[in-house]
Parts: sequence; C-alpha cells; structure tokens
Amino acid sequence: MVKGRVWKFGDNINTDEIIPARYLNTSEPAELAAHLMEDADPDFPVKVSPGDVIVGGENFGCGSSREHAPIAIKAAGVSCVIAKSFARIFFRNAINIGLPIVVAVDAVDGIEQGHSVDIDLDAGRIRNLDTGEEFSFPAFPGELQGIISEGGLMNYVKKSLTQGN
Amino acid sequence: MASTITEKIIAAHAGRDSVAAGEFVYATVDIALGNDITAPIAIREFAEAGFDKVFDPEKVVMVPDHFTPNKDIKSAEQSKILRDFSRRHKLTHYWEVGRVGVEHALLPEQGVVVPGDLVIGADSHTCTYGAVGAFATGVGSTDLAAAMASGKVWLRVPESMKFVFEGRRRRWVGGKDFILAVIGKIGVSGALYRAMEFTGSAIGTLPMEDRLTMCNMAIEAGAKNGIVPPDDITAEYEKGRAEREGVFYNSDEDAAYVETHSFNAAEIQPLVACPHLPENVRAAAELDGVKVDQVVIGSCTNGRISDLRTAAEILKGRKVHEDVRLLVLPATPAIYRQAMDEGLLEIFADVDAVIGPPTCGPCLGGHMGCLASGETAVATTNRNFVGRMGHPESQVYLSGPAVAAASAVTGRITDPNEL
Repeated sequence: MVKGRVWKFGDNINTDEIIPARYLNTSEPAELAAHLMEDADPDFPVKVSPGDVIVGGENFGCGSSREHAPIAIKAAGVSCVIAKSFARIFFRNAINIGLPIVVAVDAVDGIEQGHSVDIDLDAGRIRNLDTGEEFSFPAFPGELQGIISEGGLMNYVKKSLTQGN
Repeated sequence: MASTITEKIIAAHAGRDSVAAGEFVYATVDIALGNDITAPIAIREFAEAGFDKVFDPEKVVMVPDHFTPNKDIKSAEQSKILRDFSRRHKLTHYWEVGRVGVEHALLPEQGVVVPGDLVIGADSHTCTYGAVGAFATGVGSTDLAAAMASGKVWLRVPESMKFVFEGRRRRWVGGKDFILAVIGKIGVSGALYRAMEFTGSAIGTLPMEDRLTMCNMAIEAGAKNGIVPPDDITAEYEKGRAEREGVFYNSDEDAAYVETHSFNAAEIQPLVACPHLPENVRAAAELDGVKVDQVVIGSCTNGRISDLRTAAEILKGRKVHEDVRLLVLPATPAIYRQAMDEGLLEIFADVDAVIGPPTCGPCLGGHMGCLASGETAVATTNRNFVGRMGHPESQVYLSGPAVAAASAVTGRITDPNEL
C-alpha cells in the first residue's frame, strides 16, 4: 500500500526533463535525485518528499533510455508513478529496478496537483483522498510478475541462473 | 503462420518456430551494447548481483562515445569504469578514444551488427540497426546487466506497422525527411511498443545510410524497433565488413500489420521538426523567419559520410553566416578519414566551420556545443526536447544535412532549393 501527495505533469514527459543530460556524468542515485525534474520545475527537487506520487499523461518517460530517470525518481523517495501510458524503455527500467508504476487513464484525469492518494498495488486500486473517487487498474501480465515479485530483474535473473533455467 | 521480419527474428532467438504479437519471450542476444553513460550503472548492477563473468566477451560491446573525449573529471571516471571492465573481461569490442565513434554509426560500419541479429543496447537509438535487417531495440542499464550475465533479454513481441514509400525522391530530400514525415504524421507515441517496418520502391532504392537515419528515429515515434527488410543494398553494404555471416529475413506477404501508412516520396519536401517535440514537423520553406545561432551536423542520426558530402556540396564556395557557429562532427574515425581524403574537411574549414571529434557531445547537451538561453540551433540530430542541447530556454530544430548546411549559410532556416 502506497500513500502520498501528488505532483502532476503533462503528456510526453521525456527523460531529458526527468534528469537532464548535463547531470549524467554521475550515476549516484542521491546526486541524480537532487536534480529530478528541475527543467520542468526548478524547485521540484526541494519540494518533493518521500512517499509522494508523480502523475503523468501519455508517453511518460519518452526519449533517452537513461535508467538515471527512474533511479532519480526512486532515490527522491517517490513511491509510485501513475500515467496514462509509459514510453517502453522507461516502463522496462521501472519494472527492472522495482519502481512501482501504474497505468490508469481514468485516475490521471481524476487526480489533480496537490491531491493525496492511496494506492493498493496488489488489489489494483487507487483512491483519491481529496475527492473520495476510486479508480481500478489491471495487474501487469503474469510474465512480468516474476520480476516484480523478486524486486527487480537482477534478483530474478540471478535466481533463474542459479536454478539452471 | 505468416510472420513479419520482426516476429521471425525474435522467434529464431527464442528457440521458437513462430511468435505472435503480445507474447512475452526470453530471447538470446547477439550483441549487448552499453556506452559511457549507461554502462557504468549496468556494471555496478552486474557486480552487486555477484556476477563475475560475462556470457560472451565477443558479444558484450562497450562504446565510450557520449562524454568523450572526457569533458570533466566525473565523466572521465565513468569512462574509466568501462575501460577497466572491458579489459578485465577481455571484451573484443571496446574502442578507445581515437578509435571510437558514435556507437550507432560505428557498429554497422565495423560490421559488428549483421542482418538477422537480435541486438539490445542501453541507448534508445539502438533501433538504428534495423536498417541492416536486424531486430535492435533500446533498453535500460539493468536490462544490459542482465544480458551481460545471462545472454538473454525479456521482450514483448511488438505489433508491426508498415510504412510504404513509393515514388521518386526530390533533390535534397533524404532518409531524415522520410522519417520526419512519418513522425509528423503519427506523432511521438504513434508507434508506442510497436515495430516500424519500412518498405516500398522508394525504400528499395534508398541508400543504406539513409535507411540507418530512418531506423535511428523509430524511437522518436515511441517504437520498439525500426526495420528495413534486407535486400541487394544490404548485401552490398555488408560485403567486406560483416564480422559474422548474417541471415536475411523477410516478411511474409500475408503477415499481419496493425496499421499501414503510405507516402508518396515525390511529395516530401525538406522537413524540419520544430521545438520541443520531433512530431512538430513543418516544411523548411515555411520557417525562413527563424534565425539560427548554431548549426550542428553530426550524431548517430546524420553524421555519416553521405551526410557530410551533402553538407559540403551546399557549403562549397560559400561562407557560414557571420552570426552562426557551424559544428561538423564526423561520427566515426573512418568517416573523419574519408572526409579528409575526399576534401570535405577542407571545404568545412574554408567556410569557417569548426570540425569536432567523433562524439555524441552536443546532441544531448553534453559538451562541444551547448546552447545559451534564448539561442536557437538547427541540428541533424534526433531530439529537440526542452533543454536537449543546453539551456532549458534554448531551442532545437531538427533537419537533414541539406537544410542544416543551407541554414548555416543564410543564418535562418532555409530550404536548400532556395539557395
């Protein structure tokens, strides 16, 4: 169960906005988090608090493959990203590093900046604590559940290689 | 079962006779690629998971191309991580500065990727290699780490979209204009999670370098991969360069496509993608009021020899406008050498361009040509997002080399036919 305050962004939020390339000369999570979303909102790294939720529109995380983007989001303490759709490499990266993401079109339309939400990832339910509205979202395909339940791809691969699969 | 080329390549690498769109598979990779931005994270993940051996030192490829020659101490440390790892694991495909080029220009040029391959790269423009008839897709660093250890990647088999180009290309129109026409039509998420297959008579006659440009920008429409079914042009290109024997796959006549889009090549003009998305496509001729501070010719999209030839043809005997900085970055050392041998570098020097080293540099606002606030660039690169080439209040217009060169001469966005 995840509960947090919402920061809302628009469509096509790209990874250059999430973490500009000028900061990619490091891969340290805390350093990256210090510049999270700063080209979209210069004060964001200061304003965001652990547990907060990012809500985006269509094609969230498009552009560069940089895993620095979900790493920065995770390291800033963001508990979940909800979007109408995710760009495919960002989607992979989030699943692979264990950053919770949710695809929920109705929820994005029904949640505004500053609202608080709680999200039950197992039950597939988002509740807007300001409006009382509830939204459901489908579970990820079974093939991805193995990676998610292991907490990420490396644990999953390690386990399957050890088991000789 | 009728299959597309993308489905056939994935099936062959998943040990299956056929696969269907939407299925998840674990596929064997022929090449797993990382660069000086993405590989350090992969190397860290690889080590933290306790792995000490890569699955195949000939198939794990490291290309230090983004912040090289290193722009600062931090980026030098990142490159060192690649260098040390490559030495320790005796990787056969690591190139030091002086031999290294922009990864997606370098790998096809050196024959590292061949037709029929399944390639993953921790770089979104890995989709470039579809031009030689490979399935190639961008992934993240953890995917790379997992593939370095296991030789495998998880994939959801993409639905395929077909893009058919017929008719004769106009003068100064190339692969960049073709792909901008596509992205302008379908948008930056128009091919999300899908394969983009390029066919038709105008693709059949399109040179390999233009095909590389087209597949390179498939990701700008959200696609998983771009691909051109291999043909005689592919076979000719691979001659003398392929490290391994390729497999030429082709789509079945009755393969399934979720969408088909047709283009008349004769109607495509020199195009430009305006800030701040690659889908904001307009004819260069409509933008002649836009003043330009910097022009960049280079990158994995358009830094190849044919791009430099096109630019030189327009620039020869002219001068770069006094208010413009023209940066030319040949994408690999071989291209640099060839441009020197053909006298292209002399032309660039004569017109007062600066000739840079093979690096991604300015494309991502890394180094070697960042923009100040309020400045405008025309670039043959692939992205024009907010802040992509430097200051968040700078602007990037994307074009092919002909528009870029013409704009460098006039100081405003210019259709080369107007010169």
